[in-house]
Amino acid sequence: MDVALETEQLGKRYGKRWALQDCSLRLPTGRIVGLVGPNGAGKSTLLHLAVGLLRPDAGEVRLFGRSPYDNPAVLPDIGFVAQDTPLYRDFTAAELVQLGGRMNRRWDAALARERLAQLGIPPKLPVGRLSGGQRAQVALALALAKRPRLLLLDEPVASLDPLARREFLQSLMGSVTDSGTTVLLSSHLLADLERTCDHLVVLHSSRVRLAGAVDDLVDAHRQLVGPRHIGEPIAGVGTVVRARHTDRQSTLLARIDGVVDPEWTVHDVTLEDVILGYLADGETTVTRTDWEVPA
Amino acid sequence: MIEFVLDARSKVNTYVQLIQQVKQALRVGLLVPGDQLPKVRDVAQSLAINPNTVLKAYRELEIEGLVEGRPGVGTFVRRTLGGPPVADQAELRADLVAWLGRARAAGLSPEDVIALVETTLRATLAAEAVRTQPASAG
Repeated sequence: MDVALETEQLGKRYGKRWALQDCSLRLPTGRIVGLVGPNGAGKSTLLHLAVGLLRPDAGEVRLFGRSPYDNPAVLPDIGFVAQDTPLYRDFTAAELVQLGGRMNRRWDAALARERLAQLGIPPKLPVGRLSGGQRAQVALALALAKRPRLLLLDEPVASLDPLARREFLQSLMGSVTDSGTTVLLSSHLLADLERTCDHLVVLHSSRVRLAGAVDDLVDAHRQLVGPRHIGEPIAGVGTVVRARHTDRQSTLLARIDGVVDPEWTVHDVTLEDVILGYLADGETTVTRTDWEVPA
Repeated sequence: MIEFVLDARSKVNTYVQLIQQVKQALRVGLLVPGDQLPKVRDVAQSLAINPNTVLKAYRELEIEGLVEGRPGVGTFVRRTLGGPPVADQAELRADLVAWLGRARAAGLSPEDVIALVETTLRATLAAEAVRTQPASAG
């Protein structure tokens, strides 16, 4: 298995707070990897470490085997669309395509023009005057014109309306089919991730909670409903990810490792169920007494 | 050429939905041997889904012998599924319409009809399986 991005015990600290901690990942090439987690979980930090915009405070990150920080040699391999798709707003799309050609050794201007023409993007209007969806498409076309081996997108569709979001994901999926580029994509939109990603990384509280191929992750988890459970081991259950209880019944999201005790009713789960289970699992440190309400 | 649609609310895996739609198209004669399936790129783009999902569905259909991939050209239907095409099933359909009329007259709701068809189908298939089993078995 070829590895596009590899991290080992990677960590980044802002002041005293660890934004990312103990992060060990291997992302295979040719995959579309979804990066999910609440705001402040460390998603953008991980992406910035991966493209060399940040220097690690602990551990290592390797992009196609090389450390990206302060290493211009890796730049041609990376396409990066940062959050809110920053572009020089006074430049037109045509000028940005031209500018990219001056600033990159490998640059497929014809590809960018072809894409933008197909999408009906006006070439001679400052991109600041385009719609959010059109700007996102321009940013994607520019990132793809580098013909990168790894394309990283930080919440590319977060600010788009539903139609622009669908159109953006359509062009992304179409172009990924053509180029075989590995994609690492952060998003809050679980339904989008479910359609587009075949690999998943869940971050929570600056740590990796879950990582792997989507099919394997979904196969490995079940929802179990059964009698009230107080933490004793259950046959066939590896780990309980999340448990909810009433006075007589328990509902568990669990990673299974065999035939589950028939006392439990077993349901298949969707990727969304799995993600939500792991996100809810993060520790909460605020207690009721912090709010001065009765416990 | 057929066009795929996705039921986003369905719990059925996306690639399984694609497989089911190809099989359905084969059953009703919408796809016949020699027809080309939509290109992986076009499906990935129009549905905004992972191209590997489409590849997985096509690979599975290939393993079942229903389609074949021709490198660089596309994926083509090899054989059809089920009985003769719907057009040739007019007589069976007419029988069924008459039977449905009797079922309704007997007070059966559409759900009752479906339940009856399903249980009868299962029972008949099971009985046939027993009958066709070699006598020496067991």
